[in-house]
Amino acid sequence: MRKYLLRRFLTMVLTVFIISLITFIIIQLPPGDYVTNIINRMLSQGATSPSPEDVALLRKIYGLNDPMFVQYIKWIEKIIFEGKFGYSFTYQKDAIEIIVARLPASFVLSLSSFMFVWIISLPIGIYSAVKKYSVGDYFVNFVGFVGLAIPSFLLALVCLYVAYKYFGVAAIGLFSKEFQNAPWSAARVLDLIKHMWIPMIIVGIGGTAGLIRTLRANLLDELNKPYVDTARAKGLPEARLLWKYPVRHALNPFISTLGWMLPSLISGEVIVAIVLNLPTSGPILYNALASQDMYVAAGFLLMLSTLTVVGTFISDILLALLDPRIRFQ
Amino acid sequence: MLKMLKKKRGVVAPDIDTESLRVEVASQWKLTWWKFRKHKLAMVSAVIVIILYIIVIFCEFVAPRSGFTNNSKYSLVPPQAIHLLNNGRIGLYVFGYTYTRDPVSLQRIWVLDKETIVPVGFFVKGEPYKLWGFIPGNIHLVGARNLEDPFFLFGGDRIGRDIFSRVIFSARVSLTVGLIGIALSFLLGILVGGISGLIGGTLDNIIQRIIEILISIPTLPFWLALAAMVPIDWSPLQTYFMISMILTLLSWMWLARVVRSKFLSMRNEDFVLAAQLDGCNNMRLITHHMLPSFMSYIIASVTLSIPGMIIGETALSFLGLGLRPPIISWGVMLQDCQKIASIANYPWMLAPAGAVFITVLAMNFLGDGLRDAADPYQS
Repeated sequence: MRKYLLRRFLTMVLTVFIISLITFIIIQLPPGDYVTNIINRMLSQGATSPSPEDVALLRKIYGLNDPMFVQYIKWIEKIIFEGKFGYSFTYQKDAIEIIVARLPASFVLSLSSFMFVWIISLPIGIYSAVKKYSVGDYFVNFVGFVGLAIPSFLLALVCLYVAYKYFGVAAIGLFSKEFQNAPWSAARVLDLIKHMWIPMIIVGIGGTAGLIRTLRANLLDELNKPYVDTARAKGLPEARLLWKYPVRHALNPFISTLGWMLPSLISGEVIVAIVLNLPTSGPILYNALASQDMYVAAGFLLMLSTLTVVGTFISDILLALLDPRIRFQ
Repeated sequence: MLKMLKKKRGVVAPDIDTESLRVEVASQWKLTWWKFRKHKLAMVSAVIVIILYIIVIFCEFVAPRSGFTNNSKYSLVPPQAIHLLNNGRIGLYVFGYTYTRDPVSLQRIWVLDKETIVPVGFFVKGEPYKLWGFIPGNIHLVGARNLEDPFFLFGGDRIGRDIFSRVIFSARVSLTVGLIGIALSFLLGILVGGISGLIGGTLDNIIQRIIEILISIPTLPFWLALAAMVPIDWSPLQTYFMISMILTLLSWMWLARVVRSKFLSMRNEDFVLAAQLDGCNNMRLITHHMLPSFMSYIIASVTLSIPGMIIGETALSFLGLGLRPPIISWGVMLQDCQKIASIANYPWMLAPAGAVFITVLAMNFLGDGLRDAADPYQS
């Protein structure tokens, strides 16, 4: 177990490292660099254009003459040791402050979507496997396919339309008006929970469809195995039999889905948040990318992916705890 | 051949039925086809997908208008329904439009005018076009008999362009971006997965770790980031290819995994060993013996991953980070729906969303049926 843990941990660190490299490369892609950005901002504010000497000096101050990997090390060093992600032009402060303000809401929304997916899929998946080819099974399958076919952002658009047309609500937010900019408090958390369920369902519904299908397929495989017949022959009540043996078996792949579902949930959260203009990381990341506020964009890319990777790591550990075949591999 | 076999067998077992005999002599592709045929939904979906791609090929002919023709007189008109009976006589027609002005905003409020009748027909003469850019023509599958009459099956957009025509022209972009992306993923997947599965050992280990890392990255934020880096001054064609490259970049890993696992499980099969003993070189072994035996699986996984690409393109373009006008795709069209007011007052602007939905649904069913049929030996 310890060996497995260590190996998974090292993979996680390596993954985060590679993600940081990719992120860094991406933010270096657009033409121009930090200094040309500063100069452009100053010019747009009416300043006279700086002399070549000033530009050279600025480039030296910001270390832009260093080779790429030195720049990368400096950037990552600041993040790790000082918790500074770089200065944001748009917000006139360090990117970390914006990340801290927005990321928790993203985290809570993704996590609750995940819970939603699990809580919904488990009973439905079991039902549709046990009552194979019943009307209910067909219905669930159909709804599942439809859920898979509607991209979450389109569903968000449709929900916006319905909310406006039939309930007269112009926006689906995360907070009521009075809590929009209030500091965190118990009342604000309660308010968040009251408003969060619509975005939560929108983000989670696609995952639910996939998970129900996985669980159904797994359970169908298990239901035909001899041990089920044995248990039945021994007179175990059907419900207990189901929960005690085949469901537990079928759950294994279920838990491992945590790993691959998390990236797609985070993706879904980002785009749904942009459409609904939720106060999470999506809209900020989008605006930062559009206005090339690169340190903010990089910070969010890095933190969102790290969050995902850590989540996957936790799911792998859970799986290893549950299934001895994995930890003794 | 079948008859001969039957005769031959007939001597030994006179009561053998033709059905099981057919199964015994059928090729793998035939078995796959028979199994696929049983999946009704997949069959229907296959027909829909084929129709969609035929539309993609003959856009200019199918669409009543060019997709860019605007008639600002008919700004934001609601959709017209096609009626069949005209005063007891059979003849296709739609109602024309009339408008009143909103007393406050002075905006036009369009209503269908039951008095004006716009005759509609198939294979009508309409706007001239060049099919695939070089074959001139002016016959359209469907349209108003009189070119001047309004004909807006899905309504009109802000500057009076026909949304129905635009949805059709968008299909050409939306449905092919995914195909190009898939083709690239396919090549990368087969190459990397093949190397990984055939050579094995340390190289396999390294490749698998890299794939695991890439899979654990949330795709959308990185799609957004990469798409935002595409320079604005690039030509439409360049952007188009760049977007499909970006879609590929973060999705080829799944295919590589499928290919690898197939190679691994097949490496120890008897027929592979036999081919090796016959002196087959590696290239021939892969292309003539291994690939054909799991091609059906690959086709199924490819079909199942096209919808993801279509959704990816739509999402990127919808956010304004993917394709840009003058290219029209479903995502580009949906940009008009970003404001709640436009969806609320002009819900027909959501028509491209319906197109995305139908396409993705059909492709999912098709892929599902293909996947079930890919292993015809399993009951």
